[in-house]
Amino acid sequence: MATLKINGTQHTLDVEPEMPLLWALRDELGLTGTKFGCGVGSCGACTVQVNGNPVRSCVMPVSAVEGQEITTIEGLAESSLAHYEPGDLNAVQTAWIDHQVPQCGYCQSGMIMAVSSLLAANPNPSDAEIDASINNVCRCGSYPRVRKAIRAIINA
Amino acid sequence: MKISRRRFILSSALVGGGLAIGYAATRPSDHRIANDTLAEGSARYLTSFLKIDTYNKVTVYVNHSEMGQGSHTALAMMAADELDAAWEQVRIEQAPATDLYATGDMAIGFAGEFGVPSFLMPLVKASAMKIAQIGNLQTTGGSASIRFTGQLGMRVAGAAARAMLIQCAAERWGVPTDECTTALSYVHHNASGQSLSYGELADAAAGLEPPEAPILKQRTQFNIMGKAMSRVDIPAKVDGSAFYGLDYNSDDMLFAAIRLAPVFGTKLVSVDATEALERRGVKKVIELGDSVAVVADNYWRAKEALKVVAAKFERSDNDSVSSADIAARFDEELARSEGSKDFEAGDAEAKLTQASEIIKASYSVPYLAHAPMEPMNCTVHIQNGRADVWTSTQDPLAVRGRVASVAGLNERAVTHHPSYLGGGFGRRLPFNWNVIDHATKIAMQFSVPVKTVFSREDDLQQDYYRPAVTSNFKAGLDANGNILAWHNRYTGPIQTPGAAHIPYAIDHQSIRVVNGDTHVPIAAWRSVDHSQQTFFTESFIDELAHRAGTNPFHFRLELLHKHPRHQKVLEAAAEAAGYGRNLAEGRALGIAVQESFGSICAEIAEVSIGPDGKPVVHKVTAAIDCGWVVNPDTAKAQVESGVIFGLTAAMYGEITIKEGRVSQNNFPDYEMVRMATSPEIDVHLIESGASLGGLGEPATPPIAAAVTNAVYILTGQRIRELPLSKHNFVQNSTLAKA
Ligand code: FES
Ligand code: FES
Repeated sequence: MATLKINGTQHTLDVEPEMPLLWALRDELGLTGTKFGCGVGSCGACTVQVNGNPVRSCVMPVSAVEGQEITTIEGLAESSLAHYEPGDLNAVQTAWIDHQVPQCGYCQSGMIMAVSSLLAANPNPSDAEIDASINNVCRCGSYPRVRKAIRAIINA
Repeated sequence: MKISRRRFILSSALVGGGLAIGYAATRPSDHRIANDTLAEGSARYLTSFLKIDTYNKVTVYVNHSEMGQGSHTALAMMAADELDAAWEQVRIEQAPATDLYATGDMAIGFAGEFGVPSFLMPLVKASAMKIAQIGNLQTTGGSASIRFTGQLGMRVAGAAARAMLIQCAAERWGVPTDECTTALSYVHHNASGQSLSYGELADAAAGLEPPEAPILKQRTQFNIMGKAMSRVDIPAKVDGSAFYGLDYNSDDMLFAAIRLAPVFGTKLVSVDATEALERRGVKKVIELGDSVAVVADNYWRAKEALKVVAAKFERSDNDSVSSADIAARFDEELARSEGSKDFEAGDAEAKLTQASEIIKASYSVPYLAHAPMEPMNCTVHIQNGRADVWTSTQDPLAVRGRVASVAGLNERAVTHHPSYLGGGFGRRLPFNWNVIDHATKIAMQFSVPVKTVFSREDDLQQDYYRPAVTSNFKAGLDANGNILAWHNRYTGPIQTPGAAHIPYAIDHQSIRVVNGDTHVPIAAWRSVDHSQQTFFTESFIDELAHRAGTNPFHFRLELLHKHPRHQKVLEAAAEAAGYGRNLAEGRALGIAVQESFGSICAEIAEVSIGPDGKPVVHKVTAAIDCGWVVNPDTAKAQVESGVIFGLTAAMYGEITIKEGRVSQNNFPDYEMVRMATSPEIDVHLIESGASLGGLGEPATPPIAAAVTNAVYILTGQRIRELPLSKHNFVQNSTLAKA
């Protein structure tokens, strides 16, 4: 049994302690906004936040995140906004629409989780800091727009 | 512009309220099926591209897959603009996978005017299908959605519906049609001050005969096309709600992990699954001829259990084949065989004997995997003699047919449920069936939905690859350095006719293709043959420019005097990139241009050599002439995307064969351009007004040569073999200043 606090709700799951969080989210809880891309911690498609920090859930056993605050893309806006109404988006999500960042969109949950973490920790990152912390793969090549959208948030 | 009425007849419907319009299916029975399939609420429709309901809402049915290229939005824009609809009132729906929405029909029907799109030709050949059977595809590929479906379907349907609404209003008011105008989903009669909404007219309009040849707008009359419209699919892609094939879930579903024969084409011999079957959640271990699958109640459990399945595959002649063997075989074939004609002009062989100098160069590229971000997957639910399928595909209709034939069902008993695609790039085209076939066979053993997922390792090792190709050039120069003859022998097959042809004015050319078949399966990969051929031809022409002592930009311009559109994009790119300006120390500009899928794209890469001896691409300036532009922002996004896709291939892309199988496992050894290595990209859209060209692919071909041509200026090293990660460079500052 594992007790996970996801997007503010406690879930008790009958899963192996070594099951990666990704598969607990997707296949046990049906939270499919978090994506499977590589399964080896390389691409970042599966990025969630644990206590606000970006974590690649495909290589994070559920036993390691029990009792922690886990946030997925589905709960991101609520966790980042002081006054949340259903349907609201956080600043990163809004900038993603304004700058038409996603293409196929498949990497973008992870991208948005990673960028939201970065900006929460460092509201004014340099390009080098962006490069160092956002190394998610986007096969569609949305990187120039990711950068533009981050810059727009910083300058807002 | 007039569209002639050929085998497609616009049809309208008066059923329960509303107007629907599109091309009629050619078989009367299909009308009935359309009504059965699509009936809903107050509006019903035939084989339509759009419908207008009595509440004045417009729905556009898009028969192409949305894989990030923005064509759902762009196609709806085309219909809505011709209709003069209020964009806010337009809804977009994925058309169901039925023959009514086959895209092949469209292509064949207009074959007289446009020819069957070349991207379909290899499919036709590969399957030995008769051309008529292409009609059963619903393909998204060949950068064709906007060009064919948009131009010939959406716009015509929108214009026809508008004409009918006007006619209806004019009759009601007793005024001539030419006194009526339309705007924002209303018909107006200005003289009498009367107005009616499309919704109010829809019922009556549906009773009219659609016009035979609706008049399309001139570009100056566009209200929606040509404007940067926000993509309708984006909001769902920022909050995790967008639904991809991999996201299908149900309480009772099962998950399959699979191990396919590592050497292509071999069979499974034996399996020992004792340990796997004892694992938690494992339901079954299934042997499938060329593979073994573990089915469990969670994908991770299935994948973990698969690790302890011992499987033996038969030995084959290919067990010892390596990439080096394949390259050697290509060299032998090129040395031995005259091959078959791709293009011949004049007498290149004779001219080579007269040349005062012959320049030779051999180029090669490796196999490449598509690696779409969403790993390949397919969920199939077979019950009560029917099947439901969830899979991200570039061709829902062909998937329906394939699942039906594997499961032994009637096509009409199979439903494909639409989803967004987490990338396609050719991997999700018809005939790349492995995941579909296996998922279907696995699901046939259960009565609950079973989701078969290729891991990233499976994805890289069980793809249908961009072919490895070798291309040997010879050019004959006269005493003044003018090019007398162009001679190219390359390994096939030809998947895209014309990709190896050059636009340069060289009178004597001989381009021939030799057999390049191996046991490695191949398929279309974003921009197909253009990706490798442009690297070859645009590098070799650059070699000739340097040999002639002419700047590569001017060298090209001069040889392009018969191709003003090429000249224009080159000049536009050069101007925007500041070609000829003083660059920062240690930087150089490389240039390349290629026409593909009806568009011409020039790219200029600004490159330096990093401290690690690898090239750094700082900026790419692209100019593309795609005729005219439907949605400028998505057009730019496609060019950015195409550049990065091609840059990933040029910098890192390599699938190597060792002991008959693919060596690469996952992203760590199939690296991608990421934020830190992604250049700034500056895109210029050139609207020449020529017929619409594609945008999904044409930006991919030029980038490799643009980068390696810059690397040559920096280092004096001519890169004739990709990827660049294989090479180490030392900056040569004397050259860099040149
Ligand atoms: S799926 Fe977790 S990093 Fe790729
Ligand atoms: S938007 Fe497609 S992978 Fe990033």
